[in-house]
Amino acid sequence: MALTMERLGVWIGAALTFAIYSFLYKDNPVYKIAEQIFVGISAGYWFIYTIFNILKPNLYTPLTSDFGNNTLLVLPAILGIFMLCRLVPKINWVSRYAISVVVGTTAGLALIRTLQSDVITQMSETIMNPFSGPNAAVILGKWILIIGTTTGIIYFFFSKKHTGAFGATAKLGIVFLMISFGAAFGYTVMARISLLIGRLQYLLGEWLGIIQP
Amino acid sequence: MSFFEKLMKIDRRIIFLLIFIGVAVPLIVALNFTLEITQPVRKVYSLVEDADDGAYILLSFDYGPSTKPEIQPMAIAVLKHAFERDYKVVCSALWPMGVLMCSEAIESVKEEYPNIEYGVDYVNLGYKAGGLVTINHMGKNMRETFPTDAANNPISEIPIMDNIKNLTNFDFIVGFSSGSPGLKQWVQVAHDAYGVPVAGGSTAVQVPSLSPYLNRENQLEGLLGGLKGAAEYEKLIASPGTAVKGMDAQSIAHLLIIIFITIGNIGYFVTGKYKQKRL
Repeated sequence: MALTMERLGVWIGAALTFAIYSFLYKDNPVYKIAEQIFVGISAGYWFIYTIFNILKPNLYTPLTSDFGNNTLLVLPAILGIFMLCRLVPKINWVSRYAISVVVGTTAGLALIRTLQSDVITQMSETIMNPFSGPNAAVILGKWILIIGTTTGIIYFFFSKKHTGAFGATAKLGIVFLMISFGAAFGYTVMARISLLIGRLQYLLGEWLGIIQP
Repeated sequence: MSFFEKLMKIDRRIIFLLIFIGVAVPLIVALNFTLEITQPVRKVYSLVEDADDGAYILLSFDYGPSTKPEIQPMAIAVLKHAFERDYKVVCSALWPMGVLMCSEAIESVKEEYPNIEYGVDYVNLGYKAGGLVTINHMGKNMRETFPTDAANNPISEIPIMDNIKNLTNFDFIVGFSSGSPGLKQWVQVAHDAYGVPVAGGSTAVQVPSLSPYLNRENQLEGLLGGLKGAAEYEKLIASPGTAVKGMDAQSIAHLLIIIFITIGNIGYFVTGKYKQKRL
């Protein structure tokens, strides 16, 4: 019985995959049905998942089983209720308190960490002796890093007109930016093809059994 | 109408079909293209391989089913490597569905490592909301952050957690990430604030934004980028899985896309479309 249900699940998965991919031919009712099923099931699944895997173990159980040691949890509980007040037009302003706490805490923490990790450390990593290195490739790499970083930043300096030597440097910065966009595009293609590979491995393996899953 | 004019007006569904065939055929008939191991992947391997016997490692599953084809193979490969070396594996998740991804990954390696025992060799601590804030709190006190595991067992009753007070008790952390919160936050807090070595695997889309952390400071010890990173790791541990099998298809698809772009650009100039745009 369990095996039959498992096979049925695989067949439903395969049918829904084809239904979604049918959009590549043209928009059609089968695609629309699959899309609505996905949205509906996702919303329902998340709702139940949030209650039983997030709210219950992190809030309800600690408060009901050991209130004395978890009194502080009352605060996020109240803020959570404040957030839900957005649904009531007359008191939706209350939700701003919850949002302000979330935004304030996250901004404060992220600002420090971003400054340290993404600004100071990255800057210090660009400060290097471009003449030393075990081989020519390393030295060349250092020069590319320094020139690319400097010219890239110059491109984003908009307080001076991009003309003359300054403009030429900014244009060189664009070249480095284009190379980085190209790399980003290549990686994006790889990611999307990987998802297609995953689906085809499912269809050819688990559904048709042509390849080893 | 010239050949290139016809090509410029080709139905995009033909391109979809060619990509479909280009991906499907290599999955059925293996072409066995060579796979070069890149430095960032080798560094992740060395980090796992060279840790002390009985090392405690933290694996963070910060992704969901939408990126499973890319990230799950690398998570499975790192898990196999860790169990092969007899490390103590602690799993956590900054994404709700990461808990399920972790359970599935461990289930898939159990056949190969039947002696691993829950609570002794590995534990799934489950999901905790908060991202950066959660990692910061893990750095101070793991038990307060995760008072129970994913199955609601108290941490005090899980033997593997006896020696774990905070993040600094781990030999290293490997984050599997498909967005935020994820690997970037692990670098920012676990490495930069607490000094714990951090390596990871991410979706290919994230690689350009994470690459700057592969620097002299070793903000990231190493990085597995997308399906290719996973395939390289599978090759290094001599355990080819779905990633290695998918790389032939990946290569053919990339070749097709390069051909399409080249033809498109030639057609753009030959048909004089670039002049029309400039007018």
